[in-house]
Amino acid sequence: MSGAIAAEGIGQPVRRKEDFRFITGNGHYTDDIARARQTYAYFLRSPHAHARIKSIDTSAAEAAPGVVAVFTGKHVADDGLGGLICGWTVTSKDGTPMKAGAHPVLAFDTVRYVGDHVAMVVAETLADARAAAELIDVDYEALPAAVALSTCQDEKTAQVHTEAPRNTCFEWELGNKAETEAAFAKADRVVKLDLTNNRLIPNAMEPRAAIGEYDKGSGIYTLHTTSQNPHVARLVLSAFVGVAPEHKLRVVAPDVGGGFGSKIFIYAEETACVWAAAKVGRPIKWTGDRSEAFLSDAHGRDHLSHAELALDKDGKFLGLRVKTIANLGAYLSTFSASVPTYLYGTLLSGQYDFPAIYVEVDGVYTHTAPVDAYRGAGRPEATYLVERIVETAARETGIDPAELRRRNFVRTFPHQTPVIMNYDAGDYEASLDAALEAIDYKGFAARKSEAASRGKLRGIGFSSYIEACGLAPSAAVGSLGAGVGLWESAEVRVNPTGNIEVLTGSHSHGQGHETTFAQLVASRLGVPLDSVEIVHGDTDKVQFGMGTYGSRSGAVGMSAIVRALDKIETKAKKIAAHLMEAAVEDIVFENGTFTVQGTDKSLAWAELSLAAYTAHGFPSADIEPGLKEGAFYDPTNFTFPAGCHICEVEIDPDTGITRIVKFVAVDDFGTVINPMIVEGQVHGGIAQGIGQALLEHGVYDPDSGQLVTGSYMDYCMPRADDLPSFTLGFTKTVCPSNPLGMKGCGEAGAIASPPAIINAVTDALGIRDIEMPATPARVWEALQSAAPRAAAE
Amino acid sequence: MSVVAMTVNGKPASADIEPRTLLVQFIREQLGLTGTHVGCDTSQCGACVVHVDGRAVKSCTMLAAQAEGAEVLTIEGLAANGDLHPVQKAFREHHGLQCGFCTPGMIMTAVDLIRRKPELDEETVREELEGNICRCTGYHNIVKAILAASQEMR
Ligand code: FES
Ligand code: FES
Repeated sequence: MSGAIAAEGIGQPVRRKEDFRFITGNGHYTDDIARARQTYAYFLRSPHAHARIKSIDTSAAEAAPGVVAVFTGKHVADDGLGGLICGWTVTSKDGTPMKAGAHPVLAFDTVRYVGDHVAMVVAETLADARAAAELIDVDYEALPAAVALSTCQDEKTAQVHTEAPRNTCFEWELGNKAETEAAFAKADRVVKLDLTNNRLIPNAMEPRAAIGEYDKGSGIYTLHTTSQNPHVARLVLSAFVGVAPEHKLRVVAPDVGGGFGSKIFIYAEETACVWAAAKVGRPIKWTGDRSEAFLSDAHGRDHLSHAELALDKDGKFLGLRVKTIANLGAYLSTFSASVPTYLYGTLLSGQYDFPAIYVEVDGVYTHTAPVDAYRGAGRPEATYLVERIVETAARETGIDPAELRRRNFVRTFPHQTPVIMNYDAGDYEASLDAALEAIDYKGFAARKSEAASRGKLRGIGFSSYIEACGLAPSAAVGSLGAGVGLWESAEVRVNPTGNIEVLTGSHSHGQGHETTFAQLVASRLGVPLDSVEIVHGDTDKVQFGMGTYGSRSGAVGMSAIVRALDKIETKAKKIAAHLMEAAVEDIVFENGTFTVQGTDKSLAWAELSLAAYTAHGFPSADIEPGLKEGAFYDPTNFTFPAGCHICEVEIDPDTGITRIVKFVAVDDFGTVINPMIVEGQVHGGIAQGIGQALLEHGVYDPDSGQLVTGSYMDYCMPRADDLPSFTLGFTKTVCPSNPLGMKGCGEAGAIASPPAIINAVTDALGIRDIEMPATPARVWEALQSAAPRAAAE
Repeated sequence: MSVVAMTVNGKPASADIEPRTLLVQFIREQLGLTGTHVGCDTSQCGACVVHVDGRAVKSCTMLAAQAEGAEVLTIEGLAANGDLHPVQKAFREHHGLQCGFCTPGMIMTAVDLIRRKPELDEETVREELEGNICRCTGYHNIVKAILAASQEMR
């Protein structure tokens, strides 16, 4: 391989191809699009958490300056538009399917959370639309609301949906109850912990946006939108909501400014814009402002859990018993039922060899914004629970936390857990050892006493996490209730001049696919990186794809590209054999050149590409002209990224401020294509995890159901001065279930870091638990109640 | 409606606009310079930072009329004569961006920061970025990029 090409190959920190447009202001995000004669949409939202709509009078708004049209739930219903759906059906332990309430695009007779969509005003300008919305007269009958997770299942609490008594959508279980009971019966010690996993609001920096268009001549609708999976959006909008038939609907997700899960889902605003574009006969543009994002983007996490861990006298884990109440919000969002069930319960074995696990999860409705996948989706909640209770067990047994983990690690693979997952490869001790070394665990005691001499409290906390990525084998998810398969597609198009377009069903919204995917293709074909273009995000270009979430784009999306490249190579060799008058078996393809083994005959990539299209003299029965191949790749297993994060904090007892003095992350992602990009993904994930542990909290007023944290004034986003620089390390076990050996890296930081931080904070404070986010106020309060002990140390 | 006129990226720019028009709206909607972004409605995120008469300003927090007669520089005008500014180069070199949405504001803020404080250290950079939110990078590489650029520009 030539030096220049090798420097762009797999494993190289290649600088990103996409950066030029972003650093020069030439990106194309949805809100950057302006269409001739476009109108602007503004959504009137419910000011109540729960109310009956007695009547809506839109006449004054319709007569207001600049107004083109006003739509309400009645228009949507009259038009026969279906509701928004949840693509995953969870079955309760009694065998009944989950009890889903309807999710209309615009509220019909009831509003169910503050921010619920009541009407859409379309006008010549945004200012006109906004002003007219104020003229809509909605007669609400305010009703009591179910807000607090701890009381929403009470008999006397208000009902969100009549279909779901006691606001319980499903009562799900996983694992073997009897075996788990038996394990607890023979335990020498049982450690118990009640945990809250705080509600988070995703806050991708680009707010959601949409521009809906309708072409009367062809009957084709086009929706440009901020989506992580435009094909899934098209499928849902056509097959379920019924906006237009699939072949008459194009969905484009151009540059997207971050997603973190929140842009997977099919929301009301985008749906209404494309639907109404035909009604008004003009393009309709909507760009959410940040306040709307807080109110109506799907939130994340929000669990209450009780966990019990059974140990024998040597500290071996015998069993884990978990009861969780998971908030679903007011409506089921696109994947919400799967998040606190199959993405949560299945990860409760952690890195440990558990003989028995039993988990029960109640998915409950409340009068709050829908809750769905947010970076990690279920796996952070599982990891938080496991790593908090393991650390607590270490403290209660007096066994060093690293040692207790070591005693219980899974060491042989494949390993079948009691909760579905079959771990394929890993070396958990290797990442623990590397992390201990990087943080200088041996020196901790000295650092702690040095901090104490300055009046500061120092603590250290561990998190040995595992997650499941590469979502997912279609048969497996199908058997568990998914309405879709989770394969990925790719198409490799070689142009006559030898450059290459790769169409992928993955979508990049910060992950750098244009670079990483091109590295794979360029190194495989022996061509320069610049001659490879990655095409994604447009249903008119890419035939179908499942999109990007669950750290699936490497393990699944790139595997599809590998399969397509295999086919390209097979056909190219056939053409080469024909051109060089040799047998196919004698053709060698290396470094972008085809040679005939044992001869000096050779053919460069560009020559072959051209010949594929001139096709002169091809034996037409054997070789079709052209060089273009597609593949669908369905994974055979989940992938299992794992590692160890260790956090060291220092707390100022006078202010309660926690400073992260060192954060070490050692991850095993299998094969890494671009370490620079992978490190960036880890940094961002850790930052979100630190946000969850120390800063962020989506809070509703428990009585009124008003969102208290509805802006950056109240919702504490991590800023540069809240965070340290991170120390990263990598270990590697190759994933055996996909051709590149990749595991996925997008969510690890957000999954692993919160328990490491809270373990460190509780260590510093000498307490069992502190609720996330461990704000200075909470830390200070904890210090006041723990004052005698803290002072004595 | 009233006419405002200013210089944007070295070129005269004027439009007849409603008095309530924000500078960021003028830049994005009137001039079509969509590199400047809007990430919040409370003046907190810094996605909208541009330079007005050489100083970093949140363009969502200022009326277009207040920039009457001013020299405005947006991200599109930063690469003078097509050569990337050292801060732009450093963001690329150190992977200081992922989705790119906060990036124009970050870069414009960083250019102003390096002008004001040529001798930067990590702590100062982190403090000075108080008004710019990035959800993707965890700031690690942004800080690195700004420190590298400030070295380069010394
Ligand atoms: S858009 Fe100006 S600070 Fe957020
Ligand atoms: S790069 Fe996405 S918000 Fe900063």
